[in-house]
Formats: sequence, structure tokens, C-alpha cells
Amino acid sequence: MFKKILIANRGEIAVRVIRACQEMEIHAIAVFSEADALSLHVTLADESHCIGAPPSAKSYLVIDNIIEVAKSSGAEAIHPGYGFLAESAEFARAVEAAGLVFIGPSALTIEQAGDKINAKRLMRQAGIPLIPSSEGGVADLKEAASIADKIGYPVMIKATGGGGGRGIRVCSDRAMLAEEFMIAKAEAKAACGNDEVYIEKCVVDPRHIEFQILGDHTGKIIHLGERECSVQRRFQKLIEEAPSPALDDTMRSQMGEMAIKAAKAVNYTNAGTVEFLLDQAGNFYFIEINSRIQVEHPVTEMVTGVDLVKQQIQIANGTALDFDYESLSIRGWAIECRINAENPDFNFMPCPGTIEHYRAPAGFGVRFETQLYQGYSLPIYYDSMIGKLIAFDLTREGAIKIMRRALNEICIDPLKSTISLHARIMEDTDFINGDIHTGYIKKFVPDEDEDEDDDD
Amino acid sequence: MSKEIEVKTPMSGVFYRKPAPDQACFVEVGDIVKKKQTLALLETMKMFQKVKAPAAGKIVKVAAENEQALGDGALMFVLEAEE
Repeated sequence: MFKKILIANRGEIAVRVIRACQEMEIHAIAVFSEADALSLHVTLADESHCIGAPPSAKSYLVIDNIIEVAKSSGAEAIHPGYGFLAESAEFARAVEAAGLVFIGPSALTIEQAGDKINAKRLMRQAGIPLIPSSEGGVADLKEAASIADKIGYPVMIKATGGGGGRGIRVCSDRAMLAEEFMIAKAEAKAACGNDEVYIEKCVVDPRHIEFQILGDHTGKIIHLGERECSVQRRFQKLIEEAPSPALDDTMRSQMGEMAIKAAKAVNYTNAGTVEFLLDQAGNFYFIEINSRIQVEHPVTEMVTGVDLVKQQIQIANGTALDFDYESLSIRGWAIECRINAENPDFNFMPCPGTIEHYRAPAGFGVRFETQLYQGYSLPIYYDSMIGKLIAFDLTREGAIKIMRRALNEICIDPLKSTISLHARIMEDTDFINGDIHTGYIKKFVPDEDEDEDDDD
Repeated sequence: MSKEIEVKTPMSGVFYRKPAPDQACFVEVGDIVKKKQTLALLETMKMFQKVKAPAAGKIVKVAAENEQALGDGALMFVLEAEE
């Protein structure tokens, strides 16, 4: 096993990885920017090194500085966490070129998963369901209508040339398609100079369901069940849970099989996630593969009992997986709320500052992954996520009750955070009934104005 | 008499005088600006907000350096408001 690992990250995920290393009796080396000298990951690590100025582009994203520290400190492997360089194929290659181990998939896999268009082509070849659409542009209304009949309404008419949402028309039936087709073409022409359009199925109020996967170096790939991440705002997840209230055993095993197949199509090793959209009729469609450990990994850990970060380190060290989904004793329900230093009552503006009164939540079924402590000053340079509160119980209802209690217990005064929003969601009937989809948050954040220029 | 208005940060953040490093500053001392014209950007925890002119007038002082980290309520500009 590795004796020394460098963690190329900060915040709660750096703390998470350092803890895993220390439990495995691996010397944990932290790196930090000048703004992070007093950060928790630096305090907890066995050794730490400054790698540059506060802006990420001058520290956490500088590949050469990180590799130099890794080499001079005798690290054998680098854990990238999530964000920063975690999905940089260039970084993965540089780590290998330096004779070190990158704790993650190969550079080639990162590239294949990161190129969204190419990834979809690979998935189509592998037989993974994608959102049904015409092969390319459609010539005329007749062709459009015949494709729409085949994939089923509602459909969207979209401009082949893109155009940032311009030229997209949702049609609920054939009459509407006939009416909108020429308008969509004209809009496409005006938006991007090309009037070619294609037809894609419109997935109404889908759920975001993703599968955790692990792959070892023998080519064995397993899944560890799903996470439901439908509560999101502007494509940022706010609440995740495992399992999903929407899946039964049959669906789970079908989607799990597809997730494994998708991972195999890019020769996946280490920990990753295959994301799907699930429609109300039970059809699911591939969205993308995330080639990293994800923020929401703890909910899977709580219900499977598997420490995913330790698995990542073991796999990187060459250990083969000796279990699969069927051999796990999965039980209970886990919910995670992301605590962001953002004011939900004021357009989610960030709220940096110093924690004057800190009280961590605790007690049965509570796990709090955070970099916070009494007196900590949040740097202005980095992401506003400051913690993940995870509640676990044998039932979903029980987990919600623990979450409510724990949300009420945390104190990070005087910072504003998403805690108050989470507390409201935990009381909401739709959430309690598991009746959620990717547009659910609009119930709490109505009619957000995308164009900030219109504010006063 | 024209009135001087101080433009201060609504929260702490990194102050940017330019839309991108290789581009010109939004405004310079002496520039006449319209109400709500963008004067600078402020980046806080990876979120950018525009610093806008609170009134029409002339920029008489730029009080912070490009890429400087500013605290909450720090002075960025002094504007001489139009009559």
C-alpha cells in the first residue's frame, strides 16, 4: 500500500480524503494557497505545503507546483478530490509522467467521458439509451412528423447550429409541430445563420438518477446502487438521497446494468458516476459520466457501508474488487443537504465572513462533512459549499426527521446559508412523498430571473 | 454644486476593472458614465456581480487596484453625479 498520498484539493473533500488516508495509516500531505493557511485540511494533514497565491489559477490549478511538492515530499500518489484538476486529463498524464499514481480513471477515460458529444456516440454504439432524436437535421415537415410519431410527443425542435436556447420549440402534438416547424427554422436561421433543425424527445419533469460505479484494473466494474439528485437549482444539486424513491428492484437492476455497460464503453477504472434522466413513464436516458468522486458520495456510503474514498485508494494501488452489488448488505435511507454560504432569501448571493458562533450537529444518524470550525474565516476565492449534512435512518421518513432535527441544531452565525431553505424543503409534502423532479426547486425559488441586467 | 457619490462593495470580493485580462478597463478617471453602466466586476466565491453606476456622472476616483481583494463596504469608485 502507498505510504504517502498528496491531496490536491481543499475544503471538505480534502478533509474527507485526509481522514481516509489516516485510517489506512497513510501519511497525508496537504497543499494550500496563501488564503488557506488556517484551513482545516492543513491543520489535520500530517504535512502541508503552500503552492501559491489565493486565486485557484495561481495555486490549486497549477499542475507544476503540485507535482513538484508531490515529488519533493515523497508522495507516491495524488488524490484530486472533485473540482479543480479532478477531471483534467492533462493533470492525470502529468502525474503519471512524474512516476506517480493518479487516484482516478486513466487520462484517456477522462477525455472520453469529458467530450460530451463523443461520449454520446460511444454510448450509442454500446447500446445505452440516449434521449431519442433524429439522426441529424430533418429536411422537411414530413420527415419531422414521421420522427415525432416514432419517438412520441412532446418533442422539441432544436437548431442544429446551437444558438443558446434560441430556436427551441416544444410541440405537444402533430398540429403544433406543423405550426411551429417553419417558425423554428426561421429562428434558427436568425440565431445562427443555419436553418437546419432536428427533432428531440422532450423529457417532461424528469428525475436525475445516477449510479455509483467502481472499476478495478482487471476490468471488473460494479455499481453500488443509485442516488436521486432531482432537487437542483441551475443544474447545481442541493439535496441527494440513496436509494431513490422512484426505483423498484427491477428498474434498479436494469439501470445498474446500463451504468456498468456505459462505464465499460470507456474502460472505466476507479470511482465514477453514470448519470441518467428518468421520465415519468419509467424510461431512462444517459446524460453523462462523471470521472471523479462526487460531492454526494456519502449517501451511497451510508446505505452500502462501503468507504468509497478508501476504495479509490485501494483500486489505485492495484487491489482487485472482491465484491459486487449483490453481495453488499444494503439497508436504510440516506439524505444529504448541501450547505452553501449563500443567502437563499437574496438571490443566493454568496456570504463570506467569519464564524463567530459554531455548533456542529451530532447525534444518532448524523454525519457532517465540513471544513468549518469556530472562528474560521471563509476565503472569498473558492466555492461557497461549506458542508454536507447527511442523515441516515432505516426509513426515508426517519431520515427526514433526523435531517430536520440536525438542520435545527447547526449554528454557523452570522453567516447566511442554504440551511433555512433545506429546513423548508424537509417540511414540504411533495418532498416528503418523494414526489420530486428537476424543476421541483421552483416551488421555493419562483421565477428566477436569468438575466441579472434587469435588476434594479 | 455637483454631488460626490462613493461606490462601495456590497460584500467582500476580488475587484476586476476589466471584463477579461487582455481587455480594456470598463472605466477610467474622467469618463462620463450613465446610470447602471458597468464600472467593474466583483468576484465572491466564484460568483461574479457587476458593479454599476448608482447615478449618471463623471468618474473622479478609482480607489482599488485591478484584482485586489476588497472587504465588505470597501471604496471602489468616487462618482461626481450630474446635476
